[in-house]
Parts: sequence; C-alpha cells; structure tokens
Amino acid sequence: MPTVSVSAEISSLIEPILQRHAWRPDRLVQILREVQEAVDFISDETAAHLAEALKIPYAQVHSTRDFYAFFYRENRGRYRVLFSDNITDRMAGNQGLFEHMQKRLKLERGKVSDDGLVSIDYCSCTGMCDQGPAILVNNRAITRMTLRRVDEICDLIRGQVPLDKWPAEFFRVDDNIRRADMLLGTPHEPGKAVRAAIARGRDGMLAEMKLSNLRGRGGAGFTTAVKWEACRNAPATPRYIVCNADEGEPGTFKDRVLLQSYAGRVFEGMVIAAYTVGASHGFLYLRGEYLYLLQPLEAYLAGMRAAGLLGRDIGGVAGFDFDIEIHLGAGAYICGEETALIESLEGKAGRPRVRPPFPVTSGYMGKPTVVNNVETLCKVTEIAINGGAWYEAIGTKQSTGTKILSVAGDCARPGLYEYAFGVRIAQVLEDCGAQEAIAVQVSGASGVCLSEREFGRRIAFEDVPTAGSFMIFGKQRDLFEVARNFAHFFAHESCGFCTPCRVGTVLMKEIMDKIAEGRGTQYEMNELLRLQQVLKPGSHCGLGQTAGNAVADTVQKFRPAYERRLAETDFVPAFDLDAALSRARELAGRDDAAAHLGEEA
Amino acid sequence: MSETSNANSFSIDGQRIPFTPGQTILQAALAAGVYIPHLCHHPELKPHGSCKLCTVIVNGRNGSACTQMAMPGIEVENNSPTLNDRRRVLLQMLFVEGNHFCPGCEKSGNCQLQALAYDLEMLAPHFRHAYPVRPIDTTHPDVWLDLNRCIMCELCVRASRDIDGKNVFALAGRGVDSHIVVNSPSGRLGDSALSIDDAAVHVCPVGAIMVKRVGYAVPIGERQFDEQPISRQVDYLATRHIPIVPVAATEER
Repeated sequence: MPTVSVSAEISSLIEPILQRHAWRPDRLVQILREVQEAVDFISDETAAHLAEALKIPYAQVHSTRDFYAFFYRENRGRYRVLFSDNITDRMAGNQGLFEHMQKRLKLERGKVSDDGLVSIDYCSCTGMCDQGPAILVNNRAITRMTLRRVDEICDLIRGQVPLDKWPAEFFRVDDNIRRADMLLGTPHEPGKAVRAAIARGRDGMLAEMKLSNLRGRGGAGFTTAVKWEACRNAPATPRYIVCNADEGEPGTFKDRVLLQSYAGRVFEGMVIAAYTVGASHGFLYLRGEYLYLLQPLEAYLAGMRAAGLLGRDIGGVAGFDFDIEIHLGAGAYICGEETALIESLEGKAGRPRVRPPFPVTSGYMGKPTVVNNVETLCKVTEIAINGGAWYEAIGTKQSTGTKILSVAGDCARPGLYEYAFGVRIAQVLEDCGAQEAIAVQVSGASGVCLSEREFGRRIAFEDVPTAGSFMIFGKQRDLFEVARNFAHFFAHESCGFCTPCRVGTVLMKEIMDKIAEGRGTQYEMNELLRLQQVLKPGSHCGLGQTAGNAVADTVQKFRPAYERRLAETDFVPAFDLDAALSRARELAGRDDAAAHLGEEA
Repeated sequence: MSETSNANSFSIDGQRIPFTPGQTILQAALAAGVYIPHLCHHPELKPHGSCKLCTVIVNGRNGSACTQMAMPGIEVENNSPTLNDRRRVLLQMLFVEGNHFCPGCEKSGNCQLQALAYDLEMLAPHFRHAYPVRPIDTTHPDVWLDLNRCIMCELCVRASRDIDGKNVFALAGRGVDSHIVVNSPSGRLGDSALSIDDAAVHVCPVGAIMVKRVGYAVPIGERQFDEQPISRQVDYLATRHIPIVPVAATEER
C-alpha cells in the first residue's frame, strides 16, 4: 500500500492524540476533533496519514471528516469564527454584526484571509439564544455580541492573541434560571440519589420508574422505564448508557444549563440507569458547540470517581462497576437522533440506522444501549429519592413531572422556566414578559408554530409536546422569514441518506428563497405543500419527517406573510435567463445594456 | 384460507402473499410476483432503505418494504395513486439532483432509474434542475466513474464491502453535498483496489460506474428494460445476480 507523508511537525502533533486514543478507529470523530484543534484543519494528506495509522480505509476518514460541519478539509485559518444563525440570533441582529466583521477583516464568507489567519461563516443554532447573538471561535462560545465586541475581537485576531488570553467576560455563559421548580429549585446532595436507588434495589428502582410514568424529555416522549426494561432484558453484554447532550434543536439551551450547573444530577441519573439495567459503561455525547463545558465536566467526573460514585463497586455494591466518558460532536444536528448519535460514537458519519433493531437491543457496537436525554436523567434522580408515586402526582395524567422550557425571542426575560406539565402557553408568555406575541414556535424548527388563538393550549405530550425550545415572535416579526430560516437549517442539516430529505429540504429552501425574492406565485405555495406531503411520510428519520412542519404551519396560519410577497402572475420561471448568460458575457467581454435581457425581453 | 396459510401470509393491496420468516416485505412480494418499485435494493445485498421508492403503508404506517420484515396478517398498501404520486416525486427529485441525460447515456435501456420513470409515467422532471458540478474519474484502466449519474443508493459501497471484501467506495459529505468517494490515497479510482470483475463494478443501477470500451454492444431497443416495463419483470428483479464479467475486456489494454 502506498504511504502518504505529512510534515514531521504535523506528524509529531498527531502522534500523541492517536496514542491517547490507543489508535482505535471507533474514536475517529474524537481523533479528528483533536487533530483539527492541533493543526487547524484536516487536509487530504492528514486524513490519509490518519487512515494508515488507524489501519482503516482512506475513504472512511473522508466520509467521517466531510460529514461534520466543524471539520475542515481546507485551511480556514487559525481563528475560525462562526456566527450562530438561529432565528433568535437574526432577530438580535447577527447579520449586521457579521457584515461588520466581514468588512473589518476584509473577508469573503467561508473563505480564509489571504494571510491564512482567519475565516468567518455562519453555523446552526449554538444554544445561546437567551444571550445572543452568539458566535463560536474555534468552537469556543462567545455570547452577547455587539458591534463593540466585534471590533475588540477583530483587534485580538489581528494581534494574533491566543484564544485563552481573550477577556474571560467574552466567554461568560449565564444560566438565566427564571422559574425554578422541583428540578432547578432543589439543592443537590451528591450521592444521595445513587444511594437511594441502591437501597431500592434493581427491581425496586425499575418498579419506581414504571410507577412514575417518566417520559423522555428529548421530544418523542417514549416511556423511560420501557426503554430501560427492554435493555435490561436484552441478553447481550456489555450494556451501555448514553446521555444525549447533542442539544441541537434551534432555540433550546436547557441541557446547557443542566450540564453547567446540575451536572451531578445528570451523571447520577446515568449511574442509576446503569445500576438498573446492568450497564458497565457510559457516554456523554456533548455537542461540539458546548466545548467550553468539557473541562468542568471532566473535573466533575474525576470528583465522582474520588467519591466512589463512579468506578468499581459503586456504593459498596460488589460488582457494580460503571464509568462515564465524554465524546464531543462536531456540528451535526442529526446526531441528536439516537441511532445517528451511536454511529457518531462509533467514529462514523452520523447517519441514522434502520430501526428495528432498536438501540435497547442493538446499539453502541451492536450491544444493548439506553439513550436518554440530559433532562430525563435528571428526573431519574428525583424518582430515586422521592419514589414513583410522588413523581406521578405532578403534572398531568399522561405527562408526569415538570418540564424545563428554554424561552427565547421577543420577551423581557429570556431563560429557563420550569413548570409542571400542563402549563398553558399564555401563562409562559405572561411569566416571561411577552405582551405582544403573535406566534410561538414550540419544540424548535422541527416543532409546531402556534398562533395567538392557540395560546390556550398546554405544554404536555397529549397537547403540545416539546423538547424544550420556546421561541417567541412579537407583532413586528415576519413569520415567513422565521420559516425560511428553518428551511435553510434543515437543508444544511439533512444527512443525505434518503432521497426525500436530501433533495426535498433543498427544494423547499429554494422555493422559500424564490418567494423571498418576490418571484414566487401561487404555484410555489402549492409546491411547498406538495413537497411536505412527500417529506413527512417518506423520510427515513424524524429530521426529514418534520423538516417541512414550520413551512406548512406558517403557510396555513400566517398566509398573508407569504401572499404579500407573491408576484401577481400565475407563474415565474425559477430559471434566471439573464443570470445564466453571465458566463457568455464574460467570454465576450461585454456588459452593456444590449448584452442583458431587460424586463421587456 | 386455512389457519396455517394465515400464519405465513400477509396481504398487499388485498392480494395474499405467502412468506417465510426472515423475509422482508419486498422479498416476499417479489417472490410472489408482486412488483414494488425500488432502486437501492438488490437481492444479493443487505437491505438499505435509502431511496424510499419502495415506501408502502403497513397497517396504516409508512415504511420501507425493503427493510421491514414480513409479518403474519399485516395489510400492505402498495400500488395506490397516493403512493405512486409520491414515488413520481422521488424520481423527479433524483433526476433534478444529478445530471441525467438519457439519450447520450450508454446505460439507457439498462438503467433502473430510467425504467422506473417510464413505468411510473414521469413525464417531466418538474423541479428546478440543480445542475451540480460533479467529477468524472477515468483513471482506472477498465472502469470509469461518472458521479453525474450517481443516485447515492450505495449499492457499490455494499457490494465492494460485503461481496468483494475491498471497501473501495464510501458515501461522504452531508445532505445535498453527499457523494461517493473512492478508497485510495489519491482518492482516484486508478489508485484503488478495484478490478473489473468486482461485484461493485456491475451492481450500479444507473450509469455511474461503467466498464470502459463497451459501447452499445447491445443495441438500444434490445436492452433489459426495452423489452418490457420494469414492473413486468418481477422474476428478473427477484432473482438477478450481479453479473460478473469475464476479464476479456482488459486484453485490449
């Protein structure tokens, strides 16, 4: 086999990373992340070098590298600036800030500066909607961007000041807890929940889980006890517990706060899950945007090991061995889907698997795996301490306990609001100071857009289910632009595996852009709904199935926002004939009026 | 119907289909002579479920016939106007996503994408063409790779991995930027381990992977799907083998 060469310098930077990961190909995503951190980008040569060192096909490294938005094949500079482009960032003026930085640094979007120092681009929601506009610099989050902060950052970059010497204030991430209930408002006593679960015994704990009727907080609302029991009954070992902290749904940031200030509960929830189902190994899959949480979380795990809450014979139970490691994502919303997440944990591109088999019987490395949301695992500790019956009494019959909402957008007090399930939309709006809301997007881009007349509805699995995102739009907002932002989001995040989602999300985005340009007609309106009728029933996973929801909702509920943009004809071709002639003009060296197709033509 | 036949059968559009446990809905259907449109399935390879042409409605829920197991008594909707409408849209999506010019394509007549489009009466691509710029790789002595025609079905990926044991191909990129990459240090086919008798060379349902120096050996009009519409070639679809071409073609090198 021919070998490729990278420079001695790059090779010496890569070697310790490979060593730390024991040359394990299933660590490829982690290896790529660390290699990029060390050498700024992963060239084809570097990728080939990695393939040979890990003894895997070159194509496998390419496949993984090219899938994740935060891995770069070409040099994007030593400072890689990404502007979070969720609709809430837009409403806070991120585009003006972007253009300002572009001008100051004389950059073209997505292109590195001539001196190879810096590049800027947009990225999907970074989970800082309560303190946006936000950016990432080399994946480190910077909040509360202003024109002044842009200027300061430009100076720091030009001065080539290392990131760890930048003002700490830039990196401050506030919790913004506005309404605390049983989870956010109860002090944490380390080890109490684990001891309580062990006192109940494995069967006892599972029985309490069943009694509690706890349902997954990631959005789908699957009963947690059923998942655990299926995993426990799966004959194969080892079993795995995975905490899904790939909080990528636009507008949600509750897991960020839970991991920043309530990590003990998250990890103890994992320990309890491991105890109940008989798992020996755990993963926290942390979205790459939350890189800043990595060190504190590692330190927290070390503390738990020292306290005997992780490691061997946990809680004095002979043979109860369990430990947790943290894996980082690299900019892929789809990895929030549990089978895509598992693929990513195995070092691959995050394409959802065919189900069944479900992860509870065949998950990580084909072994029984429980994948639970961050918030779900926190709720487990409450059930361990207080029991299932106590828990079941809170909330509604079908949606027990409390739910944390990430409130952002047009309101006086964005942040976290914890309510017992069953709270009305109007109540949340009143509490956060949103007097003039005309719409709320619940559960993110994939969720539902509610108009004023639906504000009496309740947050609950049986009415308005949610993963936690709650974005408010005031009367000055244009719901068409909201839906268009989401359409762009899905086209960017589609994994590309299945036809309807891979192509359909792009077609939908293009039609929304055409309408935005004032070139849409009634025909395009019908096309949007027609595409939705193929995407929703025909896509491989939840991403494609929900990708058209926001568009379909707003077409129905905010039709005037679309109609005022429509051209007053039956049809306008998508093809721009004049633009198509630009190459011919270039070749002919002409750009005079006669070389253009005018309106009359 | 006797008890035993109920236990080992299900229905497609009201027609009773026998099956053996372990068969997918698509496998059982094809074995029983019932046509379900599909592109990313091949009888000799593991089910994949990406093209979504075979989406059927099973007891009221949508699912891929190629990955969903046949179960006793399930009711499957297949050949209905709603499903065929959706399939036409999927075909239109595939046509506008790539660069498919049937009249100049050596695969014409043997192409499953083309055959399905004819069969489902797709009269026009409908959507705006993306006209993507995609590379052609002619570095291999016997085989060329034209990604303009690739539909991302990953049949070559699976064939190379599971039959040839070579892993020559992989799907890379994301979303609309998804594309097949070749496993070699240079990324070129000529530097890969591919050989002309690999199953991966011959499994492509469209004209993305073609054997060199074979031009119109079988005249247009006499090719696989020229004789009869693909929907009437169920036996062929159920039992076809990946043709392993003798290495004779390499003699001219």
